[in-house]
Amino acid sequence: MSYAQLSLMEQLILTLSAMILLTSFLLLAQSRIISLINTFASQGFLLFLGTCLIAQSSGRYHLYISAGMTLALKVFFVPWLLRRLVRRLDIRRDVENVGGPSMIMIAGGALVLFSYYVALPIRELSDLATRNTIAISLAVILLGMLMMITRRKAVAQVVGFMSMENGLFFAAVVSTYGMPMVVELGIAFDVLVAAVLFGIFFFQIRAGIGSLDVDHLNRLHEVDR
Amino acid sequence: MNGWILAIVQTSLLLLCAPLLTGWVKWIKCKLQSRQGAPPWQPYRDLFKLFKKEVVLAESASPIFRVAPYIVFGVTVLAGSVVPMFAIGLPTAAIADVIVLVGFFALGRFFLALAGMDVGTAFGGMGSSREMTISSLAEPAMLMAVFTLAMTVHSTNLASMTRYLLEQPLQLYPSFVFSAMGLLLVAVAETGRIPIDNPATHLELTMVHEAMILEYTGRHLALMEWGAMLKLMIYGMLLGDIFFPWGIADSFAPLPLLIGFLSLFLKLFLLGLSLAIMETGLAKMRFFRVPQYLGLAFILCLLGMLSHVILEIN
Repeated sequence: MSYAQLSLMEQLILTLSAMILLTSFLLLAQSRIISLINTFASQGFLLFLGTCLIAQSSGRYHLYISAGMTLALKVFFVPWLLRRLVRRLDIRRDVENVGGPSMIMIAGGALVLFSYYVALPIRELSDLATRNTIAISLAVILLGMLMMITRRKAVAQVVGFMSMENGLFFAAVVSTYGMPMVVELGIAFDVLVAAVLFGIFFFQIRAGIGSLDVDHLNRLHEVDR
Repeated sequence: MNGWILAIVQTSLLLLCAPLLTGWVKWIKCKLQSRQGAPPWQPYRDLFKLFKKEVVLAESASPIFRVAPYIVFGVTVLAGSVVPMFAIGLPTAAIADVIVLVGFFALGRFFLALAGMDVGTAFGGMGSSREMTISSLAEPAMLMAVFTLAMTVHSTNLASMTRYLLEQPLQLYPSFVFSAMGLLLVAVAETGRIPIDNPATHLELTMVHEAMILEYTGRHLALMEWGAMLKLMIYGMLLGDIFFPWGIADSFAPLPLLIGFLSLFLKLFLLGLSLAIMETGLAKMRFFRVPQYLGLAFILCLLGMLSHVILEIN
């Protein structure tokens, strides 16, 4: 079935998935922590829209519950929590990267190509209209991982981790129209607990090494002195 | 034969309408900034005045300096004649495809940069070096977008691209969304609009296009400025043809031609309006941030290509 034969709704879903990939790239490129969190929230919102459209076009109305949880958790709660943490930790300065921005972008492009080749055989197993987006969701996961590798600050790494989770959720939705409700509730709860725990952890790291730069964790205090 | 007459009419209309578009953008900008503003037809008066004035040449100017305005203007007119304006299927569309169009712009830019450096003033050289830096980053992004579009419509010829898009029912291509965003960023950079270059200022250390034509006077200056106005109009038509092709005439009957002309007028009217709003809202970028801006354009075009390969091919 060629692309032109898909309905406009399915084309909109595919376009939204491409926009989610774009927000992953924006997360990689963003240099300020507040705009990083805002971009993460907008990725969550696109995910919410995509899930709603898939629920509508496939008639699986339980996906609306997942979409609602995405909206509540990833668009409102986690960004709000992170913003509050950033304000309380007073780290509104620029985010530092390992490696130059253009190198990271090229690596990101290469990761998208890689996930396309990895997902090619998986695509053959499915006959859903959204099967082409499996590669996109895999790319979102890998880009989140790349972000965790290239960022120095713990807050940015947490955003990378959460965007990886976005990718996993999106993969589940587009390849099998969602996981069983119990699993999804469990994952949502995990994200919630992780976000709260990370918050506590930030304070611990800063109290321990006086900074949120995780490079400081490579050194032992006793050896330095 | 009919087609050739129409092509000549179209190109002369392009020449006539280009100053109006520039004047319209300026006028809206003035209104948005609560200034009185010159009327939209002011660029015609400026051009008329400049054509009457005598040409003053620097002592160190070489022949290149003198022929450059004619080459830049001629190449831009040639590029404009290739882009469908209000009708597709004109014989001029067969002269060149989009890749050659990008080449025309590169040729014009080459002579513009040469002319900037020719007299040997500091400003001209600086402007040329900046222009070449910007274009060397903008051109790959533009070509990438063009290739993505060409892969979807199976042609690099602008007229057949537009025809293919018109004949299809409404489709939403992710690659088109990305290419549109990327091409828009490239068009802003190439026509020297605000986040990259400020068209309204002279004698400012950050200028790019104005720095290159600083030494020109009289009819030479008029040709250079007219060329820049044409370029803005051509980019507007290009974006309209590819992303909003509705309304353009596909036969040479009077009624479709009239509809095509009106729809073009409306598209450029809206484009000028949004350009003016954008220019009022944004501040000019530091020059060393321009690579980041064009890097974003390139990433958008690359994502367009990737999403075409991943999502649209089965």
